Amino acid sequence: MRVEVADLTSFREAARGLLVRGVSPDQVLFSEERERQSSLLTVDAPPRSAPVAGLSVPPAFLDLAERVACHRAPERWGSLYRVLWRLTHGERKLLEVVSDEDVYRLHTLAKAVQRDAHKMKAFVRFRKVEREGEEYFIAWHRPDHLIVRHVAPFFARRFPSMRWSILTPDASVSWDLEKLSYGPGVPRSEAPEGDALEEMWSTYYASTFNPARLNVRAMRAEMPQKHWATLPEARLIPELVRGAPERTARMVRPRIEVSDASLYLPEHRDLASLARAAQGCKACPLHERATRTVFGEGPVGARVMLVGEQPGDTEDREGRPFIGPAGQLLDDVLAQVGLNRQELYVTNAVKHFGWMGDEKQRLHAKPGRREVLACKAWLEAEVAQVKPRMIVCLGATAAQSFLGPGFRINLSRGQVFETPWAPAWMATFHPSALLRMPDERARAQARSHFEADLRKVAETVRAAME
Amino acid sequence: MDVRKKLEILADAAKYDASCSSSGGKRKASKEGLGSVEGMGICHSYTPDGRCVSLLKILLTNFCIYDCQYCINRISSDTARARFTPAEVVQLTLDFYKRNYIEGLFLSSGVIKSPDYTMEQLIEVARTLREVHGFQGYIHLKAVPGASKELIDEAGRHADRLSANIELPTEGDLKKLAPEKSFAVTGETMKEISTRVEQAKAEREESPKAPKFAPAGQSTQMIVGATPTPDAAILDTASRLYTRFKLKRVYYSAYSPIPLVDARLPAKSPPLVREHRLYQADWLLRFYGFRVDELAPPEHPDLSLELDPKLAWALRRRESFPVDVNRAPRESLLRVPGMGVRTVDRLLRIRRWHRITLADLARLRVPLTRVKPFIVTADHRPTLLLDSSRLVEKVKPAPTQLSLFTAAQEARSGEL
Repeated sequence: MRVEVADLTSFREAARGLLVRGVSPDQVLFSEERERQSSLLTVDAPPRSAPVAGLSVPPAFLDLAERVACHRAPERWGSLYRVLWRLTHGERKLLEVVSDEDVYRLHTLAKAVQRDAHKMKAFVRFRKVEREGEEYFIAWHRPDHLIVRHVAPFFARRFPSMRWSILTPDASVSWDLEKLSYGPGVPRSEAPEGDALEEMWSTYYASTFNPARLNVRAMRAEMPQKHWATLPEARLIPELVRGAPERTARMVRPRIEVSDASLYLPEHRDLASLARAAQGCKACPLHERATRTVFGEGPVGARVMLVGEQPGDTEDREGRPFIGPAGQLLDDVLAQVGLNRQELYVTNAVKHFGWMGDEKQRLHAKPGRREVLACKAWLEAEVAQVKPRMIVCLGATAAQSFLGPGFRINLSRGQVFETPWAPAWMATFHPSALLRMPDERARAQARSHFEADLRKVAETVRAAME
Repeated sequence: MDVRKKLEILADAAKYDASCSSSGGKRKASKEGLGSVEGMGICHSYTPDGRCVSLLKILLTNFCIYDCQYCINRISSDTARARFTPAEVVQLTLDFYKRNYIEGLFLSSGVIKSPDYTMEQLIEVARTLREVHGFQGYIHLKAVPGASKELIDEAGRHADRLSANIELPTEGDLKKLAPEKSFAVTGETMKEISTRVEQAKAEREESPKAPKFAPAGQSTQMIVGATPTPDAAILDTASRLYTRFKLKRVYYSAYSPIPLVDARLPAKSPPLVREHRLYQADWLLRFYGFRVDELAPPEHPDLSLELDPKLAWALRRRESFPVDVNRAPRESLLRVPGMGVRTVDRLLRIRRWHRITLADLARLRVPLTRVKPFIVTADHRPTLLLDSSRLVEKVKPAPTQLSLFTAAQEARSGEL
């Protein structure tokens, strides 16, 4: 049989009647009274009946039902009835088994409602308007579920001395200092635009953010983007994220870190002179074991500068950057996204190959902070000559050479920042990291991220040209 | 200087304080009043560092007579200075609260003239909010170490929470970087607060009309990574504070790079993972029955950065496993890596009615790959030998996932 239900009250009445008549969950189909479907089935009038003795359910069920009823899912009434049936047919303690499938489903629905209610309490933003000398506070909010009646008492307790209204697409509620009254849904265009205090709030929001701890993913997880439209502070997010590395660099930069390579810089700073002078650099101990300095290569005025970590075994023997297996992978992806390596300037944060073990093994040893800092003067001299529109750092070492040891690839990979060195700056994986990942799935995923990042580079540079 | 400029300077100066909690206690406004506290604090916004904005967190002033080397507001720093009047802070708090931007106020201050004078200024703000405006939102006040007992008592009458900062993990660290501060003085202030909190609780049990005193208790903050002190010493200090002064929370703040620091401080701020590991360990001390020497034994005085402290302990103590989830007592279940307090309590309830299987665990969102080697269920016995050297590889979360955690989330949930 079919039963139409509009809200929790009508569900309780209908369910009571069904239980009395012994209708099992499999024999009944609940539907929303609001959406009258022209169906060929005749709809049974919901059997109404007074409270029945002996049909008591645990208070915990009613509490759960109140939340589940706010959910938009049409199957919620059927799920409630199924658990109700089991509770009254020999499983009185069913609600204690939270891992039971039926109970679990109710909890999942209730949890979604609870989260939505919590977000409503958090993200409603009142705007003050004056009418006939009275102050009113009006907010427009878009909840996921039908929670206005469920949440309104909270606002009445919190703001008893203000006249306020909360408007949503499904329903609205107002408080007149005495009681709550409910009305129909309201489109966003009906809500007031702005409030003088939002500028002050935005100032606070921007100042309390710590750029040294940029973690956009965590923010998005807690503050879903669908709410941003009604949060005055959300307008600042792109700007704050873009400027974060620069601000962090400023927080750290006053520690003047002198790069030892500056002692070796030649008088003339053109690329050819720099490359010649770098051959004799002894700013860090790496020169003792490396065959030669591997300097950057590429045209002056290249639009993109790629910065890797340091030369590897092959590069050390040949004297050119990115020509080993990692270079091969890089070339492939560059070609894929339509960038020509001949037109780019390619270099490394550290210009000498560092290795451990004996002559036969020559195992690559990652450069430490000391070597990176010692070599930084060369990198900065190259940037000053090439003046790239965009710098792309391959791997954490290169990125940290510019922005300090606090920079995290996995938090900021693929984001384009403005920096003192170039109008556009990005960090992504080092191609050799893609070669080294043991797990095949992770490798494939990282590779697709890498391709997407370089595609973004190509687009950013193209957009700057147009 | 206009209020907006002051706000910019004094919010920026307060952002190094990790505390943002606004939960605990209950307050209800009268019909003419404003605000409520209902147990759970609400995060009204999130900044791009992933941290929540729940309270208006500001300093009354960032002028300071002290010279603590890790602090941006020390007397020798050339940072821009500003000072709010108490009335300005009151107005700002009410304006923000009425628009539902915040849960309340977190007010701290540099020390001006003397600890007592500074404390009086902070109290003035809280008193005006409560008594003049009937404000019943959340107020967290800094207790200035060394302020007089009378002032601490008055502060606690208006505030929901008080916090006196311990700042650094050992007395030696303080001597080196904050010579004007000492464990003894801060301890006195903490002791006064904890005595008054206990007293007020007892009085309110006698009569609900008795005045409240910091109903959300007291917390403190410790800066991590400004000195080479190992995690064992940090946790040891924390655990002593919990037992001696009944602290609600110890906040750990990874040392943030601060402009123009002293040569005695490390140039590199420690990875945030360390802060996150400390929060995990802290949680294990408070809710899981672990002791400091189990988590950070003398031979490993620093917590592992790649494994969470519970997993690291379990791998050191493989002979304690596997544990039968259908039979083991609560305290053994709490020690299974990947099972949090809530999960364990639910399992204890469920197993009274039926035998627990892996499917039950999956529905409780237990990370199965992680827990399977350590447990026995109705339909599973570990096949992976606990003494296998591959165990670590099997149960270790992927390294990229680790960095997604932030201490802020950890500080809220603490489930391990």
